[in-house]
Amino acid sequence: MSSHNDGSDNFSSTRRRLLKGLAALPAAPLLSSTALFSSQAFAQAPATSAVNTTGLAVTDTEVTVGILHSVTGTMAISETGSVQAEKLAIEQINAMGGVLGRKIKFIQEDGASDWPTFAEKAKKLLVNDKVAAVMGCWTSASRKAVLPVFEQYNGMLYYPTFYEGLEQSKNVIYTGQEATQQILAGLDWVNKTKGAKSFYLIGSDYIWPRTSMKIARKHIEAHLGGKVAGEEYFPLGHTQFNSVINKIKLTKPDVIYCAVVGGSNVAFYKQLKAAGIDLNKQTLLTISVTEDEIDGIGGDNIAGAYSCMKYFQSLDNPNNKDFVAAFKKMWGEKTVIGDVTQAAYLGPWLWKMTVEKAGSFDVDKIAEASPGIEFTKAPEGYVKIHPNHHLWSKTRVGQAQLDGQFKVVFETPDLIEPDPFPKGYQ
Amino acid sequence: MFSDYSLAELSSIFMMQGFAGLILFSVFVLMALGLAIIFGQMGVINMAHGEFMILGAYVTYFTSQFFLNYLPSLFGIYFFIAMILAFLASGALGMATEWLMIRHLYKRPLDTLLATWGLSLILQQVYRSVFGPREVGVELPSWMMGSLPVTDVVEVQINGLFVMGLTIAITVAVALLMYKSSWGKQVRAVVQNRVMAGAVGINTEKVDRYTFGLGCGIAGVAGSAFTMIGSTGPTSGQLYIVDTFLVVVFGGAQSLLGTIASAFTISQAQSTLEFFLSGSMAKVLTLIGVVVILMLRPQGLFVIKVRR
Repeated sequence: MSSHNDGSDNFSSTRRRLLKGLAALPAAPLLSSTALFSSQAFAQAPATSAVNTTGLAVTDTEVTVGILHSVTGTMAISETGSVQAEKLAIEQINAMGGVLGRKIKFIQEDGASDWPTFAEKAKKLLVNDKVAAVMGCWTSASRKAVLPVFEQYNGMLYYPTFYEGLEQSKNVIYTGQEATQQILAGLDWVNKTKGAKSFYLIGSDYIWPRTSMKIARKHIEAHLGGKVAGEEYFPLGHTQFNSVINKIKLTKPDVIYCAVVGGSNVAFYKQLKAAGIDLNKQTLLTISVTEDEIDGIGGDNIAGAYSCMKYFQSLDNPNNKDFVAAFKKMWGEKTVIGDVTQAAYLGPWLWKMTVEKAGSFDVDKIAEASPGIEFTKAPEGYVKIHPNHHLWSKTRVGQAQLDGQFKVVFETPDLIEPDPFPKGYQ
Repeated sequence: MFSDYSLAELSSIFMMQGFAGLILFSVFVLMALGLAIIFGQMGVINMAHGEFMILGAYVTYFTSQFFLNYLPSLFGIYFFIAMILAFLASGALGMATEWLMIRHLYKRPLDTLLATWGLSLILQQVYRSVFGPREVGVELPSWMMGSLPVTDVVEVQINGLFVMGLTIAITVAVALLMYKSSWGKQVRAVVQNRVMAGAVGINTEKVDRYTFGLGCGIAGVAGSAFTMIGSTGPTSGQLYIVDTFLVVVFGGAQSLLGTIASAFTISQAQSTLEFFLSGSMAKVLTLIGVVVILMLRPQGLFVIKVRR
């Protein structure tokens, strides 16, 4: 990525300087420098009537967006990181002069881990607040709940989570990976480097793990010539895994392939370790553990396991170093950044670039202008929006370390094309 | 599914499976004991039981952090101190709850359900605001991790043994307290007839408060122990509440023996079914079994005859 960082690249050098400023200055002087920037930029800002023909909350100096995540309820554990990343991105964009000369103001609503609440708040943001875009949702259930609202009132949603695919909407940009992007490369890697032929599939019992495992099973059986030694689902919140661990010991699979989520995750890894399964000897590949989850699981309980994601906090590139430093500066040294947090960070940036390309805040124009948008400063490296509104991205495999970070052991050489409706995998 | 395995392999797997069932049994008893006292003896439907457990888990987390930072040489034994502190913290919160809320509702048992459910939501949000929304990882001393190899295939989890030992100790202590001490007699007297107990000079308010505190304190110890096998976060308590009520109601609310018998039945059914079927199906079948038995025997497995 270093080629993007030479002095001739105005965009990146400005941002780098700003990031340094962000790191060095306390909040008050930063605000004044922000004001300076936006007043400079304002001189060239196009007229509001030209960039906003549908009555969105855009003034000559400000544009309002919504943030819609759960900050209370069970999902607050996962969604907190996304909120933090989105606020960071908005602050950085404002420090650069905002979007079309307008500063971004955000209205934050709490989905409270309750899907009807998500729909209600989405409607409030779109109808009452007339926000230009919404960064939000985490679980598939919450996205499914707000999707009709966004389609009815023609809003724009930037959705950060890796998910099961089988969806595509004009009104949604999916900044996380869909299932085939995340799964296939990881399975190929474990098959090639570990010679893995038999897989034991374990997941929580809801749509994402079940769809993912279906894809995994097809790939294992049809393309890798392997076999599935067992396939198990547990209710969300299940805390006792000793029986399935005994089954794993009995069947001795080459790989435990795992999509257990939430509190169950912690119980699963603690009990695996207690049962004497050494993850340095038994290969375990998960698609549901990021740095956020390891915080709860404990590094020593999961060290040695492999995780398949598009982003790890430890990625070694200049974009990511800046991002991690700015994130820690804003939210504290101890916070960790997982895959979804990074994807959430992309949302405001992609929206900003799309608005600038379209020269308008209108949702229809943004939906149309989105395909082809490239973000060269993404912490994960480089992403591009596909005509199906998902992102081209690389997939990586990381090995969990004692300190709770991942060591990246594999990265796909090319960007993987998003394919939300994969043929032969349904 | 067993044709590919030798007899020795199979027998060792069944031994481990039996042990897994016993661990589940201990976990169930430990979760249910506190509620058996509160729901069984006092008739209070405490929906906030899981939150009292999680308070114990958080106390354990902070104790572990304290020992890591200030007394690293004593880290090996911190868990025992953490359990005592968890008992005290959850017990104190329980007594405060009883004084502020529950004692006004003894005559309206169904209202306690709503009130304690509200309390559980409040506590969850308090934990989230104070301790942060993310889960915390509790570090364990190294001697509590891993397993003891019995043969080369059979391995016994140390934390499982620890939970079992703890469960036995607490159950024996509760049984002695309830059925052998004069305080236990007072508790049972108050449960059977509050007015008469008051008339013969038992301070019923005090008995209620300490009983509730004891139940919550035991929940705290359970929460502390479960940091070894589960997660610690603001809403982790919700993971346990359904199973806990299941065990207590199935066992017959007022019987300690019933609680133990029901924990044994449910855990063995669950762990055996999980071995042969998938996890979700095992849960469904266990629940169907419990529902059918409760339809035939609504009072639960064991009942103590009480004159009303």
